[in-house]
Amino acid sequence: MSSHCSPFGVERGFIMRQSVQEMIAQSKGKKNKQFVEKMIPVILFLIASVSVLTTIGIMLTLIFETITFFTRVSITDFLFGTTWLPFSNKEAQYGILPLIVGTLKVTLIAILVAVPIGISAAIYLSDYASENVRRVLKPLLEVLAGIPTIVYGFFALTFVTPLLQSAFPDIKIFNAISPGIVVGIMIIPMIASLSEDAMSSVPKSIREGALAMGSTKFEVAWKITVPAALSGIVASVVLAISRAIGETMIVSLAAGSTPKFDGDFTGSIQTMTAYIVQVSKGDAGYGTTIYYSIYAVGFTLFIFTMIMNIVANYVSKRFREEY
Amino acid sequence: MSTSHVLDQKSKTAGYEADGSLASAANSVYETKQLNLWYGANHALKNIELDIKENEVTAIIGPSGCGKSTYLKTLNRMVELVPSVKTSGQILYRGRNIFDGDYGVEELRTRVGMVFQKPNPFPKSIYDNIAYGPRIHGIKNKKILDEIVEKSLRGAAIWDEVKDRLTENAYSISGGQQQRICIARALAIEPDVILMDEPTSALDPISTLKIEELVQELKKDYSIIIVTHNMQQAARISDRTAFFLNGEVIEYDKTDTIFSNPTDKRTEDYISGRFG
Repeated sequence: MSSHCSPFGVERGFIMRQSVQEMIAQSKGKKNKQFVEKMIPVILFLIASVSVLTTIGIMLTLIFETITFFTRVSITDFLFGTTWLPFSNKEAQYGILPLIVGTLKVTLIAILVAVPIGISAAIYLSDYASENVRRVLKPLLEVLAGIPTIVYGFFALTFVTPLLQSAFPDIKIFNAISPGIVVGIMIIPMIASLSEDAMSSVPKSIREGALAMGSTKFEVAWKITVPAALSGIVASVVLAISRAIGETMIVSLAAGSTPKFDGDFTGSIQTMTAYIVQVSKGDAGYGTTIYYSIYAVGFTLFIFTMIMNIVANYVSKRFREEY
Repeated sequence: MSTSHVLDQKSKTAGYEADGSLASAANSVYETKQLNLWYGANHALKNIELDIKENEVTAIIGPSGCGKSTYLKTLNRMVELVPSVKTSGQILYRGRNIFDGDYGVEELRTRVGMVFQKPNPFPKSIYDNIAYGPRIHGIKNKKILDEIVEKSLRGAAIWDEVKDRLTENAYSISGGQQQRICIARALAIEPDVILMDEPTSALDPISTLKIEELVQELKKDYSIIIVTHNMQQAARISDRTAFFLNGEVIEYDKTDTIFSNPTDKRTEDYISGRFG
């Protein structure tokens, strides 16, 4: 085709020297473009590998330093010892049970607070709230999840603890209850939001079927929606527990630093995470047993949260309701 | 369509007068008086007047969007789940206005069961599906529940197919079986009326046939109101037919009259397939 007979040339008042197809053919010839196309997946792969490699690196460090720790402390003493006294002048003792007990105390209280409130909130949002209310409330609830945990820690120490003390004078400044409650508050949005997702995905037709049987709204929510969404609800709770176990700032600030192997919730305790913070702040030099102990504790923590995540995954797959 | 067959079937049913007039010996379960319904600004039902008779199958036919499903859902007030709905007029169920302030919807829906367009069993075992209604209404005794479950499943003609798999999830069976589970679920609380909203539209022909036979069986004990877009189905199974168009009842009469000798031109056009 001659370059001067372009149909647009005359009317639009400008001259096209070539047809579009000719221009496309020319630009195709450029090597440059093909080279970039080939390189893009390579570059993206390298970038993606960084995160994978970092994870592997962290895992390896954790494992090697933990192995070093176990050359100095016997693994049975570590797993079954009931005294955690790393800073002792005479003989340091590394029995992790007191730290695990401390973590479990906080987690237990957090669950007692978060599960009923979180699931109630989810029931309200999915089965009672109007579309407008839900549109406002759900993002607000998710804002709670964005509050920095250090703020929650201050809240526990300077507000919740004094409040508890005024009601129960036996409670010490550092205790398991106050951080437990606040960790619970922190994980409410997670439970509420994930449970609400699970409950909202129960088809409307099933609820209508139940309503048409003469069920009340609450009977529908409690006997139809919750059981149908149970796998999602349980998964959300397990994930929230894993989050509570790993929570660090709140317990560092408000739970104290006294590893104790007992059932007392009112006095100072220490959790696994808070111990790691204590050592990392500089109480022990590089190469000491104490230094290596944080890796062993960190590894234990990792096992706990990993098991929780696997359980959550299993529950949400295995118990998925068919509808 | 064989009209003579339809007529044969009708002649077996008691309560009809030879001249085919609407006056019947049967009592009314529902009397609808000056019913209007709006979805927001959309006037969906206009001055509906309908008497629904006891122990009969009443079919509601009409093109899509004519208000037939809306009317059915008004009878058990399920239509109120749509937030913008407004109604005026009266629907008397056994002489009592269902819109009365002190008439609880739960009470009404306990007397008036419903079967939906798509099977919607609960994601529970077959047994728990049937036992759900009796349980929420306070029946806890295991022996009585067992009896109710068996009786309801037999009533819905599905007992033999599921009696060995009562603990299986209700979604593990076929769509046609699920729909009969939903019918059994409605039967379990021994309602007075069963509303059916195009109950066979999602089913294959054999399942459809089974449900049609079931409806014939059920009308001995229940009053049934069925919305259908399938005119042959209405002709086959119903005693009376109401033809809805644009939110109005165009014609309501005995089914044979509607299908053999309609008075309104629009009814004739619709049943002869000229529109819809």
